[in-house]
Parts: sequence; structure tokens; C-alpha cells
Amino acid sequence: MLPRASLARLLDVLRDDGWTLVGPTVRDGAIVYKEIEGAADLPVGWTEEQEAGTYRLRRREDDAVFGYNVGPNSWKERFFVPRLRQWQATRDGAGFHVDVDEPAAPRIALIGARSCDLHAIAIQDRVFLDGGCSDPDYAARRRDVFVVAVNCGQAAGTCFCVSMGTGPRASRGFDLALTELRDGGHRFHVEVGTAQGAALLARVACEPATRADADAADAVVAGTAAAMGRTLDTAGIKELLYASYDHPRWDDVAARCLTCANCTLVCPTCFCATVEDVTDVTGDHAERWRRWDSCFTLDHSYIHGGSVRASGRSRYRQWLVHKLGTWIDQFGSSGCVGCGRCITWCPVGIDLTQEVAAIRGRAGGT
Amino acid sequence: MADTAVASASPLIPHPRRIRRRVRETADTFTLEIEADDGGPLFQPGQFSMLYVFGTGEVPISMSGDPRRPGVLVHTTRAVGPVTRAMAGLRAGAALGVRGPFGTPWPLEAALGNDVVLVAGGIGLAPLRPLVYEVIARRPDFGQVVLLYGARSPDELLFGRELERWRAAGIVVSITVDYATRDWPGHVGVVTALVPRAPVDPARTTAFVCGPEIMMRFAADALGRRGVPAARIFVSMERNMKCAVGFCGHCQFGPSFVCKDGPVLAWPRVRGLLSVREV
Amino acid sequence: METLEPILARHLFFQDLDARHLALLVGCAGNVRFPAGAFLFRAGQEADRFFLIREGRVAIEIAPPGAAAHTVQTVGAGDVLGWSWLIPPYHWKFDARAVEDTRALALDGKCLRTKCEADHDLGYELLKRFAQIMEERLQATRLQLLDVYGARG
Repeated sequence: MLPRASLARLLDVLRDDGWTLVGPTVRDGAIVYKEIEGAADLPVGWTEEQEAGTYRLRRREDDAVFGYNVGPNSWKERFFVPRLRQWQATRDGAGFHVDVDEPAAPRIALIGARSCDLHAIAIQDRVFLDGGCSDPDYAARRRDVFVVAVNCGQAAGTCFCVSMGTGPRASRGFDLALTELRDGGHRFHVEVGTAQGAALLARVACEPATRADADAADAVVAGTAAAMGRTLDTAGIKELLYASYDHPRWDDVAARCLTCANCTLVCPTCFCATVEDVTDVTGDHAERWRRWDSCFTLDHSYIHGGSVRASGRSRYRQWLVHKLGTWIDQFGSSGCVGCGRCITWCPVGIDLTQEVAAIRGRAGGT
Repeated sequence: MADTAVASASPLIPHPRRIRRRVRETADTFTLEIEADDGGPLFQPGQFSMLYVFGTGEVPISMSGDPRRPGVLVHTTRAVGPVTRAMAGLRAGAALGVRGPFGTPWPLEAALGNDVVLVAGGIGLAPLRPLVYEVIARRPDFGQVVLLYGARSPDELLFGRELERWRAAGIVVSITVDYATRDWPGHVGVVTALVPRAPVDPARTTAFVCGPEIMMRFAADALGRRGVPAARIFVSMERNMKCAVGFCGHCQFGPSFVCKDGPVLAWPRVRGLLSVREV
Repeated sequence: METLEPILARHLFFQDLDARHLALLVGCAGNVRFPAGAFLFRAGQEADRFFLIREGRVAIEIAPPGAAAHTVQTVGAGDVLGWSWLIPPYHWKFDARAVEDTRALALDGKCLRTKCEADHDLGYELLKRFAQIMEERLQATRLQLLDVYGARG
């Protein structure tokens, strides 16, 4: 058990050990993951109101440290970075030579990582490390990471991790997992995930958890699980989507979707990227930059003078069928972790749980 | 800080190589022979490289040469976009960045002891040519070998003189064009029309099909109607590619990544999706 | 000398035709030969027969004024050529020119039309077969029209 007052010490020890702390903090009307100095930067007493197409910060009536869920960004921007120079090339007589940067390997500590996001990290690991080819930049950034996870004490209106089997309790991928308890004293139940986590905990004042503490932590998680904002029926979903390429629902969603790509930007598992080959004015120096891309762009499927997926309808279908269907054949699991970001941050409030329910032929999704 | 050992070993980093020779095949199609004196990467028929023109960009181009010929990488392409047009302007001695080889090759082992039908449409003959060389090198391992090749018109036929040499090596070569004037003494009509009379036993035939998607659909259907089992028909798919290693997501065709699960895919895997629009 | 009956019977086009109808057709059939360059028929002429090509190659052509003739399609051994004898006003729409020395079986269309009017079963059997040929040619023509090997293909 970690007293509330000791949380700052935990983070300070981490920082003094050379870890860069990245955690939730209030910025521009949202709770985002940014580099933080310590516990004082955490959004104490804040919560979020999330619904389809809606995100609002609200003050809580208490001083919970982790009384919110997930904001618009995720941990993917730390490992699969939005812009990366892959190499540089310089003209050399009739030819050219190529120089590669040493991959950056910042040692970061994820503070307050939620179970859905930890599953998302594991999913991206399968994409970038386990697919026969290993991305050197991703691998370097993933090598040395400290994870302080948090088991959610509440569910947002768009959460459905229970449907996806990805939470609310963090089951893997952490060094320490905290469950915040306020009844009977503000403290954290700590579950140790690794030897590295145990070693850190040993340097911070804490006491063993009692049976009652463990039960209280379980109750918090159970309460969150019972309060999910959405559900998504995943039974046979791959086969359902494979059989539904011509379903009329796609026309319905196409009438609403702006193909703005917000969903792919906020999604913690979306991994599409593109490369840009650029030169300087002299034409003697060239670089290739990898940057985030989205299947919602026309360029994404451009071939032979046109886009295979020219209509918005086909691009929305590609995203959904990939996320919930073909991803399973590609990587052995769903691509969706039920974090609800795509629902919250869609400017027109498209809800993929509702879209799936409609394709199944049932109304609702809550 | 440069690390050339890493640079040449990583599939993400282009390896600068010199163009040894450039051959103009037709008005808009050319072949580049690229030096690979370091032995070069070994490739198998059906695979492709990512070719980079300094400062302009990079495109996927199928290998079109002899996999058993050491020291050179051969690629045939049309000049249709900014990168390939820039490539068409490169001469012997110029450098090209090469990544690869990538992709799942033609499964020639599956055809051992069988009759073989190759159906090529237009530039689709280029990715099949390495397979032809390999078959000729191992001719006794196969039964009847038939190449059905369709092009738009007689002056767009590729590798004209070689086709005769292939006939001499024991391959039945049937050529047809979509459009011709009277000076053309050969077949006129779609390449699928050559399938019903191909001198093979469908029950023990393996077919390798390459060309525009519409042509591959009709060719695979014609082969199926002839009695060639669907699982023995292989096509070569094409999609937008950026990374060629399954990271960027662009080349997805349903669940398949064309860059690593393909470009060669078995017909049963592809057939259903090909008739869905905009997949 | 071999009668034409077994030759007709062997041909894919006449498979499963009953013996009575086959005999009717044999009565209308004869061997023909065209040296390379010779025309089997010209556009505008009365379409009074059709051909089963046995050997060689025939180009179906049309010549725009002042330009070289375009070959629309070639047919070879085993192919059936000509259905205009079935469809009023019974005139050929294209030229057919032997590209190589060509041997064929010619069937008298005028004679067959009369027999089909008298025996509708025979007419139905022939029309079924020709419908299939036309469908194949139409699909092939559509594919040619699509110009799949063109720059945007």
C-alpha cells in the first residue's frame, strides 16, 4: 500500500534515476500525456465528460489523482513517433551515400498508463517487432521503459474495455499497477509486476496490503467494469465483417463520416505511416521522413493514377473492417482495445459500437 | 553518424547501386540492369525491389531477370509516374537506391511434375520472366509448359527475340494482341481466349497469372472453367506500397499485406475480394 | 473417303446433338480450303454459310477508308466462325480473311435456315450453341474494349 503522500516520492525517485516521466497533465482543455516533472503536474481533482463527439474537463468534488480516463493522445506517439527521419543521402560524384541516424533511446517512465493502453502497446509490439521484420526505431524506444499503470476507478461514457477483454484491471505490461482508494484514507493499492518495479517500491515508504485493502481495490475495479459506457459484441465479428462488405450500413455511415482521420490519430493501435522523400534547394542532399498517415486519405490507396478506395464509404469500411476484423487474421488479436477515443473525438460522433450493432442487425450499442 | 553495415543490412535503408545498362523495350517500357558485384541479394521469381531515385522518390518494381545470373539485378517497368519517368531518364553509370528483395515468390515447387501455364498480360510478363528462366533451367522437372501472353498491340510486345529462344527451350509460347492491323499475322483477341486450347492437362496443371487485375480475374476464371483447381492458380497483386515490410499499412488487400503475404497470392485467397469494389 | 459425319460429331460445337439432327447437318456440310490471303467472306455480302475451322487462322477485319485494315479478332482451329446467317437481314458485317492456309467445314446457312423452320428442335439446338459462342465473343470484345494494358490499366 502506498500512501497518497508518497506518490510524489515514487515519481521523484524515478526521475532521479534518469527516467523521463511522461504522464497525464491538464493542457488546452484536455488531459494529455506529456513530459512531467513530478506528482504536482498530475490532474488532481479533474475528471472528463466523454460522449460521442464530446470531451469536457470537469472539476471533481474530491481530490482523486487519477479520476479520469484517457485523453486524445496515447503512448503510441512515444514509440511509433509521429515524424522520424529514416535516413539522409548526399550526392557523391555520379552516385550518393546514405547515412542512418543512431536510433534515439530515451528512457521514459509511463505514469498512469491504463489497461486499454497497455494492451494497445502490446498490439503495436506485434506489428513492429514480431512480424518478421523489426522496426529499429520502435525497438530502441521500447527497450527501456518503466510503466506505472493505474487501474481505472471510473469508466468514461465511451469506454468499452470490458467488451474487448482489455481491462479495466491491468494484467500485464507494467512494473507497478496502482489502484486509487479514498475510503478510509487516500492511498494506492500497488501490484508489483516486475523485479524492476519491486526494487523501486522498496525505496519508497509503503506497507503490505491487507485483505481489506485488496478487496477494496477489487471492488473499485469491479465498479468500473460494471459502469462501462458502451458494449461491443465481438462474437464472430471477423466473419460478420467479412460477409458484410456490401452492407447498406456503410452508405449510412458514409453520409456522416468526414474522413477527417481524427479516429486514426487518437487510436492507440493505428499504425499506418507514409514516407516523404525530400531534398534541399541544391538537390545534393536528400532525406526520407516517415510520418503518421491514415487510411482515410485518398493517397493511402493510390495506384495507377487513381485511388482504389476513392469513396468515403470504402475508406470508413476499410478502417472498421481492419480494426475489428482483418487485424485478427494479421496479428492474432483485435486491433481495438475499447478505449473509446475514436467515439469521443469524432467530430460527428460516429460510434463504432453502434455501427457494429447495426451491421449485426440490432439497434443500440450501449 | 553513419553506420554502413547497418545501412546495407536494414531493409528500410536503400543501398546505392550503379546502373550498368538501360534497355528500351517499347515506347514507354524500359529495363534497368543494376550492378550487384557484392553478390547482391539473392532473389526468387515473383519478388520485387524498392527502387529509389535520388531526391525524387521510391517505387516497387518486380524483378524481371534471371535469378541464377550473379552480379546483376534486372527490373523492367513502364514510365508512368514521376519516379518511373525520372528513372527512365537515368543512364548507365547513374546510381539508384535499392531495397529488397521483398515479397512472397511464385511457388514453383508446387508445380514440380505438373504441366505449367503462365498467363501474362502486358507488363505482367516482366514478373513472370524470372519464372520462365527458372523453368527452362529445370525443364525436365515439369510437364508441358505453356506461356500465354497478351499485349495491347504488336509494338507493345516485350522481349520479342527472347520469346523465340523460349520456344526453342521447350516452352509453348502463344501470343495475342488486343488490337492489330493487317501486318500482324498472329492472334488477335484477349489472352483468356487462348486458355481453352492450351495444350495442358488441367487436372495436373499449375497456373501463374500476372497482369492488370481485370485480366487476371478473367484469366483465372477461364482456367477454372477449364478444370484447373483454384488452389493451383496463383496471381500477382499490386497495391500502393511505401515500406515494403508490412509496417506502413498501405498495401493491404483485405487481410493480406501485398508486400509480404504477396505479391503472389493463391487464387482462393483473392477471388472473393476481387469482385468487391474499392477493397 | 471419310464422310463428314464423324468429323462433325467429334467437334465440340456439335457435342450431344442427336443423330437425327447430326444427319440433317451433314447434308448441308462440305470441305473448303482458303489459301493465305483469301477472303472467306466480305462485309455486305449475303451471309449464307458458317464455318468450323479445322486448320489455319482467319482474321475478322474491318478497313476504315484510307487506312490499313484493323483486325478485330482472329479465330483458329476448333473455332466456329459466322452467325450472321442466323440473324436477319443475313449479311456479313465484317471481312474474314485467311491469315494462313486454312481448311474448314462450311455449312450451308440458307439450307439450314429452312430446315430449322421445319424442325424447331433443330433450330433450338443450333441457337443454344450459337448463343454460347456469341456470349464468349461479347465478353472477349468487352475485355478488349477495356484496354486493360493501356497506360491507366
